[in-house]
Amino acid sequence: MQQGEVQIFTGSPLGVLFLWHVFNFLALKKFNNLTEIQSEISAGALNCEALVKYYLKNIEQQKELNAFLEVYQEEALQEANRIDQKLKDGTAGRLAGMVVALKDVLCHEGHELSCSSKMLKGFQSQFTAPAVQRLLAEDAIVIGRVACDEFAMGSSNENSAFGPVRNAADLNKVPGGSSGGSAVAVQADCCLLSLGSDTGGSVRQPAAFTGTIGFKPTYSRISRYGLVAYASSFDTIGIISRSIEDNALVLEIIAGYEEQDSTVSREEVPAYSTQLLEEGRVKKIGLIRETMESEGLNEEVKAKTLEKIDALKAQGHQVETVEFSLLDYILPTYYILTTAEASSNLSRYDGVKFGYRSPNGTDLESMYKKSRSEGFGEEVKRRIMLGTFVLSASYYDAYYTKAQKVRRLVKDQVDQLLSEFDFLLMPTTPTTAFAIGEHSEDPLEMYLADIYTVLANVCGLPAISIPNGEDKDGMPIGLQIVGGAFKEADLYAFSKKLLPA
Amino acid sequence: MTMLDPEVSAKYEIVVGLEIHCQLLTNTKIYAADANRFGEAPNTNISPITLGHPGTLPKLNKKVVDYAIKMGLACGCEISRENSFERKNYFYPDLPKGYQLTQDKAPICVGGGLEVLPKGAAEKVYVPLNRIHFEEDAGKSIHSETEDVTLVDLNRAGTPLIEIVTEPAIHSAAEAGAFLTDVRQIVRYLEICDGNMEEGSMRCDANISVRKYGAPLGKKTEVKNMNSIRNVQRAIDHEVERQIILIEAGEEVISETRTFDANTGTTAAMRTKEELNDYRYFPDPDLSPLFVSEEWIEGIRTEMPPLPADLVQKFTQEYGLPAYDAGVLTETKEMALFFDAVCQQTQNRKAASNWMMGPIKSFLNEQGGDIKNFSLSVDQFVGLIELVDAGKVNFSIASKEIFPRLVADKAATAESIAKAQNLLQDSSEDTIRPIAEAVLAEMPDKVTAFKKGKKGLIGMFIGQVVKKSGGKADPKKAGAILQELLA
Repeated sequence: MQQGEVQIFTGSPLGVLFLWHVFNFLALKKFNNLTEIQSEISAGALNCEALVKYYLKNIEQQKELNAFLEVYQEEALQEANRIDQKLKDGTAGRLAGMVVALKDVLCHEGHELSCSSKMLKGFQSQFTAPAVQRLLAEDAIVIGRVACDEFAMGSSNENSAFGPVRNAADLNKVPGGSSGGSAVAVQADCCLLSLGSDTGGSVRQPAAFTGTIGFKPTYSRISRYGLVAYASSFDTIGIISRSIEDNALVLEIIAGYEEQDSTVSREEVPAYSTQLLEEGRVKKIGLIRETMESEGLNEEVKAKTLEKIDALKAQGHQVETVEFSLLDYILPTYYILTTAEASSNLSRYDGVKFGYRSPNGTDLESMYKKSRSEGFGEEVKRRIMLGTFVLSASYYDAYYTKAQKVRRLVKDQVDQLLSEFDFLLMPTTPTTAFAIGEHSEDPLEMYLADIYTVLANVCGLPAISIPNGEDKDGMPIGLQIVGGAFKEADLYAFSKKLLPA
Repeated sequence: MTMLDPEVSAKYEIVVGLEIHCQLLTNTKIYAADANRFGEAPNTNISPITLGHPGTLPKLNKKVVDYAIKMGLACGCEISRENSFERKNYFYPDLPKGYQLTQDKAPICVGGGLEVLPKGAAEKVYVPLNRIHFEEDAGKSIHSETEDVTLVDLNRAGTPLIEIVTEPAIHSAAEAGAFLTDVRQIVRYLEICDGNMEEGSMRCDANISVRKYGAPLGKKTEVKNMNSIRNVQRAIDHEVERQIILIEAGEEVISETRTFDANTGTTAAMRTKEELNDYRYFPDPDLSPLFVSEEWIEGIRTEMPPLPADLVQKFTQEYGLPAYDAGVLTETKEMALFFDAVCQQTQNRKAASNWMMGPIKSFLNEQGGDIKNFSLSVDQFVGLIELVDAGKVNFSIASKEIFPRLVADKAATAESIAKAQNLLQDSSEDTIRPIAEAVLAEMPDKVTAFKKGKKGLIGMFIGQVVKKSGGKADPKKAGAILQELLA
């Protein structure tokens, strides 16, 4: 904006209005939570339109991050105006002033849903996920659809058909995955909060890599209807935010019974956002020895984790090292069961009814083969084949059945631990964000990025990743806290205390 | 195919197991709220759930469970308290999700069986069931005869089915036919399926093998595509013969899926590719296990209608009817319940049965009607029986003259019609005697013959008197007067 141009308008009422916007625009800074935004709105210093414009500008200026697959510029501005009116009328919902981004695996009626895959490029969802619907009903504004690893399979966001997403802290580094776009959108201040999905760490691991807060609730806490399935018995919608308060408020709004998902819990949803003032009770915290002694654990990450533990002890909390002999079995169990479910969940993408159909098919079988071979990326195909293999008649018992048994053992052992301890604490990831391309040759190495996060999914437990400082290169480090089933409120309250005020 | 020597086939035991799919008459589909209706424009009852759109999840229609439990109770099955759902994975254009949601490890009904009477057999045989489970139907693939295309209609996708699986314990085509007939009758009694095999709302696959008596089970073939009970029996007969001829020739029966051709009455192997499917069954993680409580089962038990076997027993033992009558009267629930209601008001049950099996059945057949929309009320029917019993009209007049009028007029009674039409029998001496005298006068030869000993002619004389009176003369009275005149 040229100064001269502005002066042209100063004489007219339109010009005054324009200047008011310019003023707000320039005055906007990074908002850390919804309370800040809402208090500025009530003070008359901000409105949703200006806020949306601010985020649109941030998105536009950081296109190289490749986080957004689609920006709903006009729609978001229209929504902003609508909600500004509601604010004036005093009828605005609880999330008025919250601008969010949605991972490209969440159904949003009339919007594209591609799962960052060529397979679904151009596909429009015909309905809105209840979790998203609940956000909209409270007047959150959806600013865009963000990239992820294809069908939520990956730990680096390099498996997107639309190019890798970059970490805003270092453009050569990955943001983690699979909800990499969701994490970067919050990290780079392109929205206040985002929804992702977490099947093995897909919200917590990118949160750790980007210095944001990533929350995965108890399995079944949020309806999965409208969340594109990767591995149904592991999948949860997760929340990435800048503050615990926003995270808790959004969970409070989107969690709870919903009739279209027959696995969703009927357990009552506490008012998480008003239960953040933790009572001063001393917490018993379990530190799993095997996680701290793991070979792949980076020294700096380890040191930061230990520092935090010392701080906790200094505050009078009890931290005890415990054994967890099954740790080594968690990753194989996770990959057998998730790929088995995925191989079946992804069968519907066959070129017949919607999505990509290869022009090269000559008969039904070749149409199937070519559509799926050309439509899916390498990692998705790898997991479909793995899953098909472990479910095949000759290997079913050796892999699938055995993995189910191990899952039960792991769950029993972790439940046992959580009956003794309030929380389990560990690094979110063994390393900080790695370079783009660093692990792309070796899938097994990539799978190790999830070694600490899959535990919560295998057991269906709530877990959070919070920022825990940076390494010497300035890359964020995450700390993970795992709680008991449906103990989200405790997890939020405890995490809040661990974060700098 | 060469004809098989009956002596050769007598050495073989036939072993058949049936898998019967019944489309359930629920208002909506098994996992979606789409209408469950037959015969609508293609691809109209298809929500994103039916289409398997990304992000959708199944939601079980509880009515389906009710219906499956009903069938289970009717067949004496054990009802599973804990049910699981499994995915059967395979690719086909009419299977939108790429898997079928079915029950594998823990079906809703286990065991049970039916006692059936094969046609022509003297004794009933027991056909044991392995299980009954519920699952979803696939859509329909329509292979065009004129163009090189296959069209897919997904209206049927997600239609609820129960699959009734027998043990391999059926030993003849007649047994299979009797079993299917009974199953069809029961699902109709329960009003859970219309049992229409021609339209495919009830479908049957047969697993067929033969073995020499005492030998281990032979290799089986699975025969599909039989759209009537008769065709199931034809397919079994053909397949048994084919297998015996193969074995007798020293060849092996190949375990395969075969399709029945109703035009030729033969079976042919389907493409073997379809045989190589590994369905990779595993528990569906989208549907929680279903727990069926005692109260749920008891609630259904109290709502169960009487079943054919119960009614046959009642009609034979309580009402003293022949087994044949009971069988005909219980063919449909509506017929049986109508008859039973009639029997509450008349003791002449055999007469009621004769009416039902005679004039009423032919009337319904002629009208192409159903007893469901039969306009004759129980009271009207009872009045008709009583009118005949009282000797006020004869059966012939009642069925030919009164019954059609009664059916057409809800307000009428048999007696009011008889009066209005002047059909009441006349037993007065004054009316009948002159007619009798006139008849005898017209037939002097016959009278002579009678007097010489051909006493059987009395019936003919009576008939003539009744005829001459326009059907009104009471045959009994006419007989008495004739005897007197001929004495």
